[in-house]
Amino acid sequence: MTYEELLTETALNDDRFIVMTAENRALVRNIPAKLGNRFIDTGITEQTMIGAAAGLALRGRIPVVHALASFLSMRAFEFIRTDAGIPKLPVKLSSFIPGFLSDGNGPTHQALEDIALMCGIPNMTVFAPADEDDLVKMLPQVWKHPNPSYVRINTRKTDYVHAPFEWGKAEVVSIGEDVTILTYGLLFEQALIAAEVLKSEGLSVGLINMRSLKPVDERAILEATRESRLTITLEDHFQTGGLYSIVATVLLKHGLTANVLPIALNERWFKPSLLPNVLQHEGFTGKQIAERILGYKTFFTQPKMAIPEFSE
Amino acid sequence: MHQTQINRLEATALNVREHIIKMSTDGGCFVGASLSAADLIVYLYSEFLNVNAGNLNDPNRDYLFLSKGHDVPALYGTFVELGLLEKERLQNHLSLNDNIYWHPNTKIPGIEFHSGSLGHLPSVAIGVAMDIKIRGGSNRVVCIMGDGELNEGTCWEAALVANAYKLDNLIFVIDRNHFQANMATEDLIPLEPLHDKFTAFGAAVKRINGHDFEALHEAFSAYPFEAGKVNVVIADTVRGKGLPSIERRADRWFCNFNAEEVDGLLKELHGEHTTQLTSETLVVR
Repeated sequence: MTYEELLTETALNDDRFIVMTAENRALVRNIPAKLGNRFIDTGITEQTMIGAAAGLALRGRIPVVHALASFLSMRAFEFIRTDAGIPKLPVKLSSFIPGFLSDGNGPTHQALEDIALMCGIPNMTVFAPADEDDLVKMLPQVWKHPNPSYVRINTRKTDYVHAPFEWGKAEVVSIGEDVTILTYGLLFEQALIAAEVLKSEGLSVGLINMRSLKPVDERAILEATRESRLTITLEDHFQTGGLYSIVATVLLKHGLTANVLPIALNERWFKPSLLPNVLQHEGFTGKQIAERILGYKTFFTQPKMAIPEFSE
Repeated sequence: MHQTQINRLEATALNVREHIIKMSTDGGCFVGASLSAADLIVYLYSEFLNVNAGNLNDPNRDYLFLSKGHDVPALYGTFVELGLLEKERLQNHLSLNDNIYWHPNTKIPGIEFHSGSLGHLPSVAIGVAMDIKIRGGSNRVVCIMGDGELNEGTCWEAALVANAYKLDNLIFVIDRNHFQANMATEDLIPLEPLHDKFTAFGAAVKRINGHDFEALHEAFSAYPFEAGKVNVVIADTVRGKGLPSIERRADRWFCNFNAEEVDGLLKELHGEHTTQLTSETLVVR
C-alpha cells in the first residue's frame, strides 16, 4: 500500500480526517477528486495552513498537513509550537523530502534540524520511517493518537519487511557485540549494507531502526550501548539535536556513558546532487559507513541505488 | 437601535472600563489597547454573537477569536458583565492561583483560543470557518486583530486564503486605534489606505467609529456583507478611550498604575477630574 492509498482509505473511512497542503501535492495527487471539500490547499502559506489546521482540529477534525520539510519545520515552526503544541491538538504533519531526500534542491530545502526542532515542542511526537513499508505500518497509530505528530515522510520502496509498529518502540533488528548501528529514515537502507560489510569483516553487528524518535525507546538505546563495544548513531541530520543528542540525553539520564560514534552532518549542509551522488559524496553509502567504522577500506562493491523520481 | 439599548451597552462598557482600570495595577496590563477594544467586545458579546454561559461547548455557537490578545482585560471585563466569569476572579489578575494574565488562555471558559503571538488567530479562525462551511453550519466566526498586528505578514496570508475559500462566515475586525506598541502606526509602518488594502484582497469592508454602538450595530447587522466575500470591519478607535489623561498617548501602552492613580482614573472615567499620573510612563514589554 502506498502513502496516498493509506491516506485516502483512512480519510474515506473516517470523516474527521482533512487532508491539507501548502501546495505540495506530490503525495496527494489523486486525493482532491476523492475527498472533495475535505481536501484543502492553502497555497504557499505554511504558517496559515498550520493555523487553519489548528482551527479545524478545534472543531474535532484530524488534519493531515503536507509541506516540504524545511518550510514546515522552520518557516511554520512557531505556528506548530504555538497553535498545535500548546493546546495539544491532533495536527498531523507530513514532512516531505526531509534530510538527504531533498537531494538536488540545495541548502534552502535541506531540513537537517527538523528532528531537533520538533522534539523540542512539548506534546509533539516525532517519527522517521525507514521506507514506505515502515511508513504505512506506523501511520495508522500516529494518525489516531491524540497528540500532534511530525513524520519525516519517506516513500522509498525497499525489499525489507519491517516488524509491526509499536508506539514508542524502536525496531530492534539485532544487537551486536562489537558494533550496533542506531539509525532512522532512508539511511536504514544503507545501514543494512554497512552491517553486511562489517559482518563479512568478522564483526558481530547489530542494527536498530529508531523509527520512533519521540517518544524514544530508551530501553533499546540502553541495551545497545550496554551490549556493544561501539554504538553508531547514523542520521541525515545535523549532529546537534538529532539521534546523537537523544542517545546522549538517555545515557546521562541513567547515569551512564558509552562509546558512541556519531555519523551525521556536523555543522554543515550537504552538497546538492541526485541522492546516490549525495550519499557517495558525503560518505553515507553503506560501504563508506562500514569503512568509517572499520577505519580501513574494503573490497566490497556498493550496490546501485534507485534514483527517486523528482517531485516538487 | 433603541436608545434604551444604547444606554444599556454604554453602561456595560463603562463597567468594563472600570474592570480594566482596576486590573492596571499590581503588575499592570495593556490598558490603552483594552480601552480601545472595549466597546467592540461589549457590542459583539451583547448584541451579535450567539455565545452565552449555556452554550460554550455547543458546536453551533458563534466564535470570537481575540488575536491581538493583549486587550484581554476588556474581554474578561465583558465576561464578568455577561455572567461568564465571577467578578471576584479579576482580583486574581497575575495570581498563581488563577489563570488571568496578560494574554488570553483557554483555561478561562469562553476563551476560544490562546493568543499573544500576533498574526496567528486569523488563520485559526479560517480553519474554524472552513469547518463550519464543510458542515453546512450557519455559525459566524469573528476575529479581532489590532492595527499594529497587521504588520505581521500572516494577517495578509490569511486575507488571501479567506478570499480564496470565500469565507463569508468570517469577520475580521480591526481595532484601528492608530497606535502600535510605542508609536503611531502611520509614523512607523503606515497602514492607510487600509480600506482599499482589504478591498483589494477581495474582502467586503466597512469602516466605522468603533466607539459608536449605533454604527457598530448598523455594520454588523449587514452581515454577511456580500455573499462569497470575507467580511472586514475597520473600527476606528482611540487608544486609551475614556481616560483623557492617557488617550492617544504613545507612551501609555502597558501601564502599571499605583493605587492613588487607579482611584483618580476611576473618577476620570466618570468625568470628575483629570488624573495626575506620576508612575513610570513607559514600560516596554
